Amino acid sequence: MATESIEIASLPRTTTTAVRLRGAQLADRLVVGFFGLAAWLVLLVVAALFVTLAIAAWPAIKTVGWPALHSALWDPNNGKFGVLSFVFGTLVTSGIALLLAGPVGIGAALVLAEVAPKRLAGPVAMLIELLAAVPSVVFGIWGLFVLAPVMRGAIEPALARTLGFLPLFQGYFFGVGILTAGVLLAIMILPTIAAITRDIFEAVPAHQREGMLALGATKWEVLARAVIPYARSGIIGALVLALGRALGEAIAVAMVIGNKPAISASLFSPGYSLASVVANEFTEATGQQYLAVLVGIGSLLFVLSMLVNVAARLLVWSVGRSQSAARA
Amino acid sequence: MRPLRFPAAILIVCALLTACSNQAREERSGPAGAQRGLNGPNASSANLMLVGAGSTFDYPFFSRAFFEYNKLHPNVAVNYQSIGSGGGIRQFSSRTVDFGATDVPMSAKELAAIPKDRPVIQIPIALGGVVIAFNIPDGPTHLNLTPSLVADIFLGKITDWSDPKIARVNGGAAQKPLRITVVHRADGSGTTYVCTDYLSAVSPEWKNSVGKGKSVNWSAPSSVGAKGNEGVAGQIRNTPGAIGYIELAYALQNDIQYAAVGNAAGKFVLPSFGSIAAAAAAKKNVSPSDFSIVNAPGDQAYPIAGFSWVLLYQRYPDAQKASALRDLFHWLLSDGQQLAKSVNYVPLPPAVTAPALSTVAKLGKT
Repeated sequence: MATESIEIASLPRTTTTAVRLRGAQLADRLVVGFFGLAAWLVLLVVAALFVTLAIAAWPAIKTVGWPALHSALWDPNNGKFGVLSFVFGTLVTSGIALLLAGPVGIGAALVLAEVAPKRLAGPVAMLIELLAAVPSVVFGIWGLFVLAPVMRGAIEPALARTLGFLPLFQGYFFGVGILTAGVLLAIMILPTIAAITRDIFEAVPAHQREGMLALGATKWEVLARAVIPYARSGIIGALVLALGRALGEAIAVAMVIGNKPAISASLFSPGYSLASVVANEFTEATGQQYLAVLVGIGSLLFVLSMLVNVAARLLVWSVGRSQSAARA
Repeated sequence: MRPLRFPAAILIVCALLTACSNQAREERSGPAGAQRGLNGPNASSANLMLVGAGSTFDYPFFSRAFFEYNKLHPNVAVNYQSIGSGGGIRQFSSRTVDFGATDVPMSAKELAAIPKDRPVIQIPIALGGVVIAFNIPDGPTHLNLTPSLVADIFLGKITDWSDPKIARVNGGAAQKPLRITVVHRADGSGTTYVCTDYLSAVSPEWKNSVGKGKSVNWSAPSSVGAKGNEGVAGQIRNTPGAIGYIELAYALQNDIQYAAVGNAAGKFVLPSFGSIAAAAAAKKNVSPSDFSIVNAPGDQAYPIAGFSWVLLYQRYPDAQKASALRDLFHWLLSDGQQLAKSVNYVPLPPAVTAPALSTVAKLGKT
């Protein structure tokens, strides 16, 4: 500091300021340029991915085309490529996962952020985040050797006894199947939901809560009327992110979904998903059409994820609008 | 969420940069880098790296054999990537590897895609048997199954273990009522090919409705697909009443019940090194266009077996590489076969290795 001030003193004041300003501008420009580049790079990667997929899938789109989307007959050996059962399996397993993990994840986050003492909340939150770092193949092996026998031996029979009047819970217990895949996915996306929603709850300004408390609200009323509405769009964002992971999960799902290209009303029956059929069949696929169809399934998954994302954005947007409308 | 964006962007850029530099490093460690003696299992002295890719079935055998070969020939290292037969054929065809390995020989259509001036030679290299494994709690260790029973079970026409047709070929001893669940490979595989090749050979109905292939449409209503041999074996063990097919090595290594299958001579034969070798020896003049050894004749022959193949070019631009490949596969077809048993593979019988050896001898000598 001392030398700097001497230098400044020895130089005409105006030049120094100009030099400093120019330096700051350069740094600004560099930072903006770098982050701009990063942002464009991400867009470029997504676009390049889509274009490459579309080009590689073109022979399949041309020959198999739209009929593939409303047929569930998958028989690559005889040139039959119906993908409807994969779309069904992907949507249903992800739906189950979100249905199970959503309430649990949000509930856990609420407790960690608002109710539990800080000394307990810290370690538990860390454990939840640790769960997010477990590789999916480990989840898959666990699912196959631990979860599937439990599903077959205990959970599926119990569901059939209590809710067996619904077609969803009828049929033979395989252990592996749509429901097992959904449960496994729920466990896999739980940390995503819990960790992000916890951060969101913690970001809710204290005056929101204090205002409610000042009005004489109970703890529950504070959560339900002040914290959750404030965090609503963030929660939906977390759910969308989690849903994205569920839709795209390949290996873990392939190990527990039963890999049967069929559509059944029963959640106990084996099914198939878009990502897992690509993971299963890509390495051994020979023949241009077969390969192109598998790449086409990849593009379909890409489009499906995008549609889900757009739908969720619209949801967030409409929720935000109705909220501000209510306020006004 | 807002403050998270900048760190996230930095992370993504870092990830991309690392990915790029990793790829560059991998490219450098390819054959060219290896020839300079920079890489490979025996990097200190190996000055020739042969690269192969393909069948996962061959991988345990190859990794053992190539390790031993490198001990005998320290100047040659072999890098084999078990990426699956389909990938092996693709990489071999585009000449990114020196040799390929596949559970089903290249078809005429696949061969047609390769330029005429680069003739391909295909040699059988490993022999595998497919075991019909099942799970009947408190049931027998082995069960007799006729070809038509196997076909009807996999077609979903026989759905319970107490079926009298099963009791009839097992000394009249009926199993307890238990629903049959068919477990099959979900990933494309040579094991599935051999199994469906067999079913097509013994059952016209199977041949017409399902056919043979590395990935077929399993029609049994009560069926599930599992990933890999270990997945199928695990699923069978988890599911009372399950039946499925796995490679011999997995049946020998795991405590699992499996069937004695009726062969072409009408005898019930258990899968073993001897019975599978007998099936291979029964086939004269094995060639890439006539390679099926399912339902082989002979009292001793186990009916569900198949070869795995190595893909080579007749000529290589690099003479040193051609001679190294010739030596390698000469060894693998002769002394190397003895290593097969140690990893639960069946050594090829002389009737198969003899013609293959004479094919390999011509490699690089047009």
